[in-house]
Amino acid sequence: MALVSPASETASIPAPPAKVRAAADAPPALICRNLWKIYGANADAFLRANPIPTPAEVRAAGLFAAVRDATLEIRQGEIFIIMGLSGSGKSTLVRCLSRLVEPTAGSVFYEHQNLLRMTPAELIQVRRHKMGMVFQNFALLPHRTVLGNVAFPLEVQGMGKAEREARALQMIELVGLAERAGYYPRELSGGQQQRVGIARSLAVEPALWFLDEPFSALDPLIRHEMQNEFLRLQRMLSKTIVFITHDFDEAIRLGDRIAIMKDGAIIQVGTAEELVLNPASDYVSAFTRHVARGKVLTAGGVCVPVRPGETLAAAVPATALVAEVAEAVLASEAPAAVVDADGMIIGKLERATVIANLVGGVQ
Amino acid sequence: MSEVALPRDETHPRRFPVGWIVAGVVALAVLVPYAAPDSFGWAKTYPARWIVPISDWLKAFLFWLSRDLSFGLFTFKDMTRFVSGLFGYALEVPKALFSSGITFGDEEGAFHIPRLSWAGLIAAVTIWSYLLGGVRLAVLGFLGFFYILIFGQWDSAMVTLSQVILAVLTGVAGGTLLGILAYRVPRLEGAVVAALDFMQTVPTFAYLVPLVFLVGVGPVSGMLATILYAMPPMVRVTMMALKRVPPELDELARMTGCEPKQALWKVLVPSARDDLLVGVNQVIMLTLNMIIIAAMIGAGGLGFDVLNALRQANGLGKGLEAGLAVVALAIVLDRMSRALVELRPVHGAAAARRRQLFWIGLAALLGCTLLSFAFPALEKLPAEYRVSTGNMWSDVVSWVNVNLFSTADAIRTFLLMNLLVPVKTFLIGFPWVGLLAVVAGGAWALGGWGFALGMTALIAFIPVAGLWERGMTTIYLCSISVVIATLVGLPLGLLGSRSERMHKFLGAMCDTLQTLPSFVYLLPVVMLFRIGDVSALVAIVLYAMVPAIRFTDHGLRRVPPSLQEAGTMAGCTGTQRLAKVELPYALPEIMLGVNQVIMMALSMLVVSSFVGTNDLGKQIQVAISQADPGKGLSAGLAIAFLGILADRMIGRWVATRRERMGL
Repeated sequence: MALVSPASETASIPAPPAKVRAAADAPPALICRNLWKIYGANADAFLRANPIPTPAEVRAAGLFAAVRDATLEIRQGEIFIIMGLSGSGKSTLVRCLSRLVEPTAGSVFYEHQNLLRMTPAELIQVRRHKMGMVFQNFALLPHRTVLGNVAFPLEVQGMGKAEREARALQMIELVGLAERAGYYPRELSGGQQQRVGIARSLAVEPALWFLDEPFSALDPLIRHEMQNEFLRLQRMLSKTIVFITHDFDEAIRLGDRIAIMKDGAIIQVGTAEELVLNPASDYVSAFTRHVARGKVLTAGGVCVPVRPGETLAAAVPATALVAEVAEAVLASEAPAAVVDADGMIIGKLERATVIANLVGGVQ
Repeated sequence: MSEVALPRDETHPRRFPVGWIVAGVVALAVLVPYAAPDSFGWAKTYPARWIVPISDWLKAFLFWLSRDLSFGLFTFKDMTRFVSGLFGYALEVPKALFSSGITFGDEEGAFHIPRLSWAGLIAAVTIWSYLLGGVRLAVLGFLGFFYILIFGQWDSAMVTLSQVILAVLTGVAGGTLLGILAYRVPRLEGAVVAALDFMQTVPTFAYLVPLVFLVGVGPVSGMLATILYAMPPMVRVTMMALKRVPPELDELARMTGCEPKQALWKVLVPSARDDLLVGVNQVIMLTLNMIIIAAMIGAGGLGFDVLNALRQANGLGKGLEAGLAVVALAIVLDRMSRALVELRPVHGAAAARRRQLFWIGLAALLGCTLLSFAFPALEKLPAEYRVSTGNMWSDVVSWVNVNLFSTADAIRTFLLMNLLVPVKTFLIGFPWVGLLAVVAGGAWALGGWGFALGMTALIAFIPVAGLWERGMTTIYLCSISVVIATLVGLPLGLLGSRSERMHKFLGAMCDTLQTLPSFVYLLPVVMLFRIGDVSALVAIVLYAMVPAIRFTDHGLRRVPPSLQEAGTMAGCTGTQRLAKVELPYALPEIMLGVNQVIMMALSMLVVSSFVGTNDLGKQIQVAISQADPGKGLSAGLAIAFLGILADRMIGRWVATRRERMGL
């Protein structure tokens, strides 16, 4: 067994992914348990009488369940994506988490406090200091300049004019709009408007950041640019993020973990790789089928055991994406060794596997 | 409803022919009183002993309101006195500013602070118009106010303007607050909407009668009537505007931790700015519309001049001059407030220029006023610089009398003999039972038994309250003018829908026609046709024609292109396509226009009673001069009921028709 020094080879391996993976063992920041939102007359009483109704029972009662029995733990500093098609209940779920929509049953804990038990005054305080939200259609105030919009949450808190404008200007610089501070929203492009929305949501320096399909209203090129911008900001700020999208590619690109919703229920939660390798249902695999697998799967995830006496070529780290190591693996005849953080070989990556995963996404 | 829509239900091939029976009963109710006048006389002419003294009851109610009603700490009378006192004081401010200035001390050594100088005001209006709408609006603003100045209308116009300003401010503030309240408290919304619906069908005049009774004659009651009339649209617009604010903005307010007050004033109301300003424009228009009517109960100003001229035998020239001043004021204020809606926020140099223009205007206004301490001519333009066209207009009137009289008179006589008199005689002689039966039958066909009952109750008010002759005169004038207005408006709207140029031209024409206060229509009409039903008819047609044009144009423009192509591909000629495809599709929209025509005709009817009709409007007018609130109110109610009747019947028809077409 020819061991190759990992140190000499890793130099040829591309830079690690731009995404900062949140530590998988970070403590949960936002927890919701058995959350329900049912629309219709006497939904409360219905749910008290029958705490876990089936979809058919809800329909039979003439009600509509937008969120069904949702349980989630969102970790400190992670980008948590809630992903689903329109009407899947993802918008309602995020609004239940921020209590913009009053859940019918369940609990939402943030920093060990149950948000649903808070008085309106307490809720106002939490929202003023702990939460920020970015909206799909920007929700900019048409009568305020960029500066006025970004300073708005601070103004609502009662911060003095000079202080809030100084802070707002910092945020505007952060999103690269310093020269447009005096403009009105209608004078900006869509991408610029959403930058203002982002700056505004960050102005109070929230620990918890909700983004409701923030880039869906933008055209693809701008969307890509804004996703990069978002990742850049998160590297600097390390917020706990709940991000809604209907675009699986966006979810893969940005998310640490992804929750897939259908008809109000959460079907599966996991990293992109877990969803691709072990889809919980046909619905999930339908989403993942067209994904560029090479950009989702890691060398560690697809490697196979090494047969004794086999010759291995260059070593690749287990956490590297298949697409990132493809060139190195394909360059040599022998399979590549896959090594963990300590340099121990945990398996081999064959050329055929790389090719299958690179091409698989295109099928 | 289904009986009408599906007369031959598949499951009941031989169902009971209710429709034929209803039609038979209606025919009997109409024909029998004619056929057997001796035994069924009671069914033809409403017997006097059956008349319910509704006017007396209303009168007694108002007396009770004004004398005996007490809320414990204070009486109703105290309340009305307090309100009128409050407005009296408030009115002093704009009055001193625009019209009278302030004088301290007696005549000897009195110290006088001048009112805003005419030169300053004209300069400010011109500059601010430029700010709002560029050179064209500036020219319009300048010309409008310059006309008022040079033709000696300034004093009256400023009395009017000070009332308009206070009425608009109160109407906008009150309407906005009420609208917010209705938006915030959903339980109130239904009640507010119902009240608004009712207030908009009651003719303006009807407000005057109880106001005179409770508050007395004078500028304050004139202003209160104006506010009552002009405020409802603001309430409506506010409710609609707040509902139209994107839900995301409401969520933003909550997510940033706004208190309810902050959410309202920092997010919702500013975001609804454009729609709210449209409401402000409406309030201004309605306020100006009331200028002349409010003058009937002592508002003074330009309205009084117009009214006074109408009362005098040879005052028409003066009246036209004052009327044109009202028109100038109305058009300038309308266009300025409309330009305000269009004004978008800007940044940087453009914003600085706007601020600069605003301050220059204000400086000109105050500077000229300061200068008028030294030069009184700047406060009041000396008489020798003023021009009066009064003589010229009198000459025009005489010329018209000499040269056009025979033609106009021939038209007048022809219309009277061949159209007006026969219809009027027929309608007044119509059996009242027959009228009720016709309304009931029609309403049944449109909306079933319950609907028929409600509609019949509305029309029954006219005979029961003893208003038969005046009521039928109203119906006759209204229906003839609605038919003529529709016959004129439809083809015009059709032309508008066919060509862009015509569309633009008609749009501008309708805008102008709607800006003119209703009273102004009477002046030229009286000049041509003298006093009487023909004048009223022509004025009503001119005033009420606008919606017929607008809705036809709009309705035809909304026919989907695919439908038109389908018509063409089926081999329709142009006329066939219009008659068989486009008109049927646009008919519901056009009928909504006709509905508007009826509403406007009813409101104009009351105004035109001033030129000698003998309808319900006349009774209101008489009631004002006799201070008999009961008669005025009952006539006002009768007109309101007629309006509601027409509105509900047409509304029902349109709804059914649209449903059937799947729109």
